[in-house]
Amino acid sequence: MGSISLQHVKKSFGEVQIIPDISLDIKDGEFVVFVGPSGCGKSTLLRLIAGLEDTTSGTILLDGQDMTKAPPARRGLAMVFQSYALYPHMTVRDNIAFPLKMAKAPKEVIDQKVEYAARTLNLSSYLDRRPRALSGGQRQRVAIGRAIVREPKAFLFDEPLSNLDAALRVNMRLEITELHQQLKTTMIYVTHDQVEAMTMADRIVVLNAGNVEQFGSPLDLYKKPANRFVAGFIGSPRMNFVDGPEAAKHNAHSIGVRPEHFKLSRDPLANAWKGKVGVAEQLGSDTFLHVHVEGLGLMTIRTDGDQTFSHGDDVYLMPDPTRIYRFDAAGIAL
Amino acid sequence: MARNVSTGTKIGFTFAAWAIALLLFSPILWVLLTAFKTEAEAIANSPTFLPQNFTLENFSAVQDRSDYVKHATNSILVSVGSTLLGLAIGIPAAWAMAFAPTKRTKDVLMWMLSTKMMPAVGVLIPIYLIFRDLRLLDTVHGLTLIMTVINLPIIIWMLYTYFKEIPVDILEAARMDGAELYNEIVHVLVPMAVPGIASTLLLNVILAWNEAFWSITLTSGRAGTLTAFISSFSSPQGLFLAKLSAASLLAIAPILLMGWFSQKQLVRGLTFGAVK
Amino acid sequence: MATAQTRTLSRIMMAPAVIVLLIWMIVPLVMTLWFSFQNYSLINPMMTGFAGWANYIYVLGDPSFTQSLVNTLILVGGVLAITVIGGTFLALLLDQPIWGQGILRIIVISPFFVMPPVAALIWKNGFMHPGYGVLAHLFEFFGLEPVDWFNQYPLFSVVIIVAWQWLPFATLILLTALQSLSEEQREAAEMDGANAINRFYHIILPHMARSITIVILIQTIFLLGIFAEIRVTTGGGPGYASTNIAFLVFRTGILSNDIGAGSAGGVVAVVIANIVAFFLMRAVGKNLDA
Repeated sequence: MGSISLQHVKKSFGEVQIIPDISLDIKDGEFVVFVGPSGCGKSTLLRLIAGLEDTTSGTILLDGQDMTKAPPARRGLAMVFQSYALYPHMTVRDNIAFPLKMAKAPKEVIDQKVEYAARTLNLSSYLDRRPRALSGGQRQRVAIGRAIVREPKAFLFDEPLSNLDAALRVNMRLEITELHQQLKTTMIYVTHDQVEAMTMADRIVVLNAGNVEQFGSPLDLYKKPANRFVAGFIGSPRMNFVDGPEAAKHNAHSIGVRPEHFKLSRDPLANAWKGKVGVAEQLGSDTFLHVHVEGLGLMTIRTDGDQTFSHGDDVYLMPDPTRIYRFDAAGIAL
Repeated sequence: MARNVSTGTKIGFTFAAWAIALLLFSPILWVLLTAFKTEAEAIANSPTFLPQNFTLENFSAVQDRSDYVKHATNSILVSVGSTLLGLAIGIPAAWAMAFAPTKRTKDVLMWMLSTKMMPAVGVLIPIYLIFRDLRLLDTVHGLTLIMTVINLPIIIWMLYTYFKEIPVDILEAARMDGAELYNEIVHVLVPMAVPGIASTLLLNVILAWNEAFWSITLTSGRAGTLTAFISSFSSPQGLFLAKLSAASLLAIAPILLMGWFSQKQLVRGLTFGAVK
Repeated sequence: MATAQTRTLSRIMMAPAVIVLLIWMIVPLVMTLWFSFQNYSLINPMMTGFAGWANYIYVLGDPSFTQSLVNTLILVGGVLAITVIGGTFLALLLDQPIWGQGILRIIVISPFFVMPPVAALIWKNGFMHPGYGVLAHLFEFFGLEPVDWFNQYPLFSVVIIVAWQWLPFATLILLTALQSLSEEQREAAEMDGANAINRFYHIILPHMARSITIVILIQTIFLLGIFAEIRVTTGGGPGYASTNIAFLVFRTGILSNDIGAGSAGGVVAVVIANIVAFFLMRAVGKNLDA
């Protein structure tokens, strides 16, 4: 079991309020991602759940039990750190066995669990090495191994992939997702990368300045962003925003159109926006066009890779009328 | 990365460097050689470089006349004792400041350092009188106490700079893994900090061993350390030159070896971490 | 960042160190201040009571104080000049590509590990003795009259001994600083056409400036308290010719048993050291977060 519930959790460091007031309910077995720009309080929130920081006020329940004041060692959670935080003076085997030793498990149990974890994570042939003799990906797996053997109520991941190179990151992303499907244990995963959030999460918590902007499934967030911040944060490339008279035509303070929701033409279209191509980024499968639209500014457009545009081409943009997001003056979705 | 220079230049630099280094080393070399000479040879009008009649009798004479072993034992007791006591007080303090810093931690560290700046003569008289009244004058434990206090700021500072290099993540990982404070310190922090703790220990044994002010003013015959013992040779007549060298050699040899061993860490310790 | 629990724990862990140092700092200093305003002599126990500024007037007004102060300045200044200039030069030399660099480092640092009384005695009896010292033999070899160093040039002789002890310290720290100068920076300067002298003044010296400051400040703290070297060699004499403030306090307070006057001298020494300490703390403190 591993349900986690935050009730009116607040956190300040001295005068600085990091988390004004957050309430969340995470179900047992769920994969929840905290995502947001740096400094949004997502790591602090994770550390509050872990017990590495005190809440200023509010309650944290684990499986319905009040754990607000419990030290980290008693909460039964496991954490994978951004730096992996492996014990450099211990072998891989001892690293993975450490939580079990702390729990005073009998030796046979320790051996058996370490072997099992090592096999699952393809670490069997590295068990007697020290962490410094391992590659980044292997270290990452040791850190996960150390978390698995505890059989925790929930796993906490603090930006675990940010120190890996791009190719490895995609790989580990899949491995962690697969692990979740295998173990079915609650996981909370902190990242600033919205692609990681979209691909891995059952549900995403979008945080901004210590507030929950939206909590929902990846597709909910993509299709029905609650506000302009979420709309801009989720989706890649970013949503294009337009203010002023053009937005007023749609009875909104501002409107947003995703790059993939445009009809694009070289020939004039009725009611279309006219612009000039600035940079064309050709990825092969897709092409991203950065178009300077008269009176509206720079727009990013996604089109298929077969289209060839070059700098200075005149183009006409027609937003898909069913896919226009409308926001009021406070940025709330209409 | 080696810079490219011609062999000639390299020979020149090498020659100059060795010449100066040997010049600086010559007083120590003199002690080393004279210690094995007879007294007559040591003050001969036509001086010799190497001992002509190699002898060990100076060493036994030093022991017979002034009980070298007793003073060396005192030195060991005071330097090792004060360092261990200092570590026992310093490790917890450094842990606290390195891993649970508050807004005042920096001020506390600076204040601790400032106590090291107080000139010994400024407090000599009260300490002398307190020691006299508490019957601590000329005792090993009295001197050990003083030595602990005067080196404590350096111990804490060195440990602090070493502890600071250990990522706090790893200690937090231990906490998440179910380790209570005792296990966190014993199984994670201390094994990782062994090199730092060892060089702190070494430097402080050296400093305490060579400390001359308090050991000369607060001890005499009974608890005298080697610094006090050697100082008592301050006006030897000619006949004692070889014995003086033997005594000096015995007093500096162990520390010289330790010093060579720890010279890499020395810079950080002596500059309070300001130069690494 | 930590929890309330760790913070409480950390206070408990720091308490012994803080308490010990607090006592060490406050108790003797307050006593020294108190004594310095008292008539308190172990020779003349009948004279007691408040002395006002008498001890200060006595100490500061005595010619031996002025001479000790001048001697202290000469001692500190002389040793600093020799060690900083010599140390910079030696560090530059040791940083060149030479054979046996590792062994040289060890040889050069050695004098620093020689305890002060031994250093003083080696120089006094082995090198500077007018009869059988190495220097006397050398002078004779060149047909010169041997010098009786400690009688003719007492203060200068002490300066030489102390400089010998501290030159390795300066060299080692400056060498460490020098070696932290990146090779790329040197190469960039070379590419920019700077010759050796330009490189020294514009690249190396500014890089070493902070370390030189630290060397000066730390040495000053220790040099103000030079004691054993004087006690073992000249005993402060002839007269007061090689007595510094530290030795004067010892002479007055312990040898002459005048606690009041000795304490007044001690307070003066504290004031002088505090002025230096102020600058040292700023230099070290700047580096605390790095």
